[in-house]
Amino acid sequence: MSEFVKIKLKSLKATANSLSKAEHQLAVLEQNPTQFTPFHSQLNTIGLRPLRPTALEVFQVNLGKMCNQVCTHCHVDAGPDRKEIMTKETMETIIEVLKANPTFKIVDMTGGAPEMNPHFRWFVEEVSKLGIQMYVRCNLTIITANKKYNDLPEFFKKHKIEVISSLPFYSKNRTDKQRGDGVFESSIKALQMLNEVGYGKEDSELKLNLVYNPAGAFLPPDQSALEKEYKTALANDFGISFNNLFAITNLPVSRYLDYLITSENYEDYMTKLIDAFNPTAAENVMCRNTISIGWDGYIYDCDFNQMLELKVSNPTTQHISTFNASALQDRSIIVNNHCYGCTAGSGSSCGGAVA
Amino acid sequence: MDINYYNADDLKKFGNIVEFQKEMGEKFFGYYGEVFKEGALTAREKSLIALAVAHAVQCPYCIDAYSSDAYEKGYSESQMMEAVHVAAAIRGGASLVHGVQMMNKVKKISL
Repeated sequence: MSEFVKIKLKSLKATANSLSKAEHQLAVLEQNPTQFTPFHSQLNTIGLRPLRPTALEVFQVNLGKMCNQVCTHCHVDAGPDRKEIMTKETMETIIEVLKANPTFKIVDMTGGAPEMNPHFRWFVEEVSKLGIQMYVRCNLTIITANKKYNDLPEFFKKHKIEVISSLPFYSKNRTDKQRGDGVFESSIKALQMLNEVGYGKEDSELKLNLVYNPAGAFLPPDQSALEKEYKTALANDFGISFNNLFAITNLPVSRYLDYLITSENYEDYMTKLIDAFNPTAAENVMCRNTISIGWDGYIYDCDFNQMLELKVSNPTTQHISTFNASALQDRSIIVNNHCYGCTAGSGSSCGGAVA
Repeated sequence: MDINYYNADDLKKFGNIVEFQKEMGEKFFGYYGEVFKEGALTAREKSLIALAVAHAVQCPYCIDAYSSDAYEKGYSESQMMEAVHVAAAIRGGASLVHGVQMMNKVKKISL
């Protein structure tokens, strides 16, 4: 298999799609043809506005938009044609910030494919020295994409990194529809490699969690029922074990927003999200204990706000070079109508359901 | 009055039937919710049964609702179509098995 799995698509940016621009996405999100209640007003009605952080615990870092896949739903608009990746200098600044702010319990590495950043292993080793738990959002296919990545399971194991991987479904058809031809087969091989080094076993400290997200314009089903189905199917069909399944809702951002519009599902999908608004999920949204660092060092409330270029509201601490924990703790979190994706039904976060 | 007998937006108004008969309506929805909970059959299995029955009774609202629900719960296109074939086979069979009744009658009255 080549380093890049068979590509079905190019990024929105490569095709000069207007939705590659954050301001165009925001313009769509702020249109309101069906007269729904804007998200900020919804927060007002439940006494959560302005939305404030609870504690700064999760430090999420986007190591770059480069990826070996071009998934149809990707909110990052990642792909092989995206060259924006974090520099070692920015990583060094992050390490200094983490040293100075021991309140962060987790460093959550995402992308693109974070492993494609040439300084990825250096960064992991430096964070490891600080004794902070790490998560890597690994797309699985990167492990088998090229010989130089084949030892990733061992590398993850060495640093006890929790591996969180998208597998949109336990069948080839739905997975490949969303993530590209051949992705399912390659993902299964990678999961078997992770199992071989000890990941995903019930009593193992090496956690392997999978992520489900709907392959279409609908909400995820019940997370615990789906986890049982995944466990049964993957064990029976491929001898694969894993720890937890996170059911994540697709947010109307970037390529998924483009899909919703071109398939004429946008209004119905927004209605679904809004009708399923859950105040408990709103209380527990991930942006309340997370900050998100972009590939260029800018600071955002979450990965979705990052893709919409909505930097944190406090202008004195919008970049890692001017990181100020107390100013971030005191900020108001920026919301817009895409946030309905995190508050629908059982809620959605990078760790799955929240309610 | 709408000029169409069926209107897709009416599905969202299903709950409004309690306006004209509250007690029975509420009992129905309570029962409905209970039926579709996880039980000896999973909620997922019940969804596929509902899809097949929706086709058997040819209810456009039910087909709309359970096409989404069954797909969301992970059934593939071919599994869903096979469920519709099950409904069609039972409906077809229900007509054809009466052919025996017809044959019995004809044999009785013919020379």
